[in-house]
Amino acid sequence: MTNRDTLMEQVRDHVAKALGHLDGVLALRRTGVGTAPYLFQKGDDLSSLVLEPRYPMAKIISSLQKRHPDAEFGIIARACDARALVEMAKREQIQPDRLYLIGVACTAEEAEECHCAEPAPDLDPWPHAELFGTPAEGAPPNPLVSTYNEMSLHERRAFWEEQFQKCLKCYGCRDICPVCFCESCALEDPLWVEPGELAPPFPMFHLIKAMHMSGRCVACRQCELACPAHIPLTVLYDLIQQDVGEMLGYEPGADLETPPPLQVTFDKAPLRTEIAE
Amino acid sequence: MEYRNVLTTCPYCGAGCKLYLQVLDGEIIGVLPDKEHPISRGELCIKGWNAASFVRHPDRLTRPLIRRGDGPSAELQEATWDGALDLIAERLSDVRNRFGSDAVGFLASAKCTNEENYLIQKLARAVVKTNNVDHCARL
Repeated sequence: MTNRDTLMEQVRDHVAKALGHLDGVLALRRTGVGTAPYLFQKGDDLSSLVLEPRYPMAKIISSLQKRHPDAEFGIIARACDARALVEMAKREQIQPDRLYLIGVACTAEEAEECHCAEPAPDLDPWPHAELFGTPAEGAPPNPLVSTYNEMSLHERRAFWEEQFQKCLKCYGCRDICPVCFCESCALEDPLWVEPGELAPPFPMFHLIKAMHMSGRCVACRQCELACPAHIPLTVLYDLIQQDVGEMLGYEPGADLETPPPLQVTFDKAPLRTEIAE
Repeated sequence: MEYRNVLTTCPYCGAGCKLYLQVLDGEIIGVLPDKEHPISRGELCIKGWNAASFVRHPDRLTRPLIRRGDGPSAELQEATWDGALDLIAERLSDVRNRFGSDAVGFLASAKCTNEENYLIQKLARAVVKTNNVDHCARL
């Protein structure tokens, strides 16, 4: 058995035990037709539980918890799922005290592929959590980030103009994003985004999305993997996150307590109604 | 309580991207791309992402409708599948008998499976006896 097989066996054993007291565990299930997220419950055959590929598990558990607010769920979470869950908890999209985190560390190869700095889930924020797998070293950032940082302003603009020109406006980057959940989305507001225009207005469409990612993007890369135009979206969000980190000292997904910087109001800042008066 | 994903093919174009319908307690709550499919590879266009929205849409036709009578006052009335198919057979036979087989044409669709498209050309050629078979992808 490879290390990965051993890990999978350990996770299956743990899920079997956890189902003794949980209402269900959200994980991936492999069947004859493919692999997809599934809510395992007591009595289910756990030999179909697998750990790949990556799906937006945090986003799914949010739907499950909203439908069944009293249920106790487990979730198999990679490091990025766990970080997403933290940001979602801060925005009342999940209930962390009713969630049992079964963390799985990504391999060094997976970290490399995602340019992931923190490939093992941090259990500290979670009241109930376990970690499986050996934590790997973080991988260096996408080399495109440093290439970009060396570009002139003119070159940067040209770079994104070329990238955004490919956009099919599928909204997949938003639909798959665990931290995108607004009921009314600025990207569907004709005030900001002219309907029926392809490629979408440059740079408004992508910069609205990028700005809304500041202080909440957990670098899970789901947007980039879902993009049919292969736009390097995480490079853009990574650059913004660097600014948020440097200017506001905020790291998305790190802990449940620190309020997200763009979600707090400053005590002395006037509210919009006061300005109107 | 139940959450599972049902694999299906996007109904919108001939590319045939694979997607999962997310089913929570018997209700479709959304779409996920199939990350393992060799063609779509976890990617979808806007139609695929919204492929589930028509399933329970109030405007969706769930039964055949037949327009009875002539002119602007003619109204669509609900019919049974047998009733609708009988009417289609009767009118197609009538047109064919009066004007010949080539007065009839068949429009297939890129949204259908290969097997369904095979059947429609079989119906056109073997039953109605015309080679007038075309499809929406040419439009």
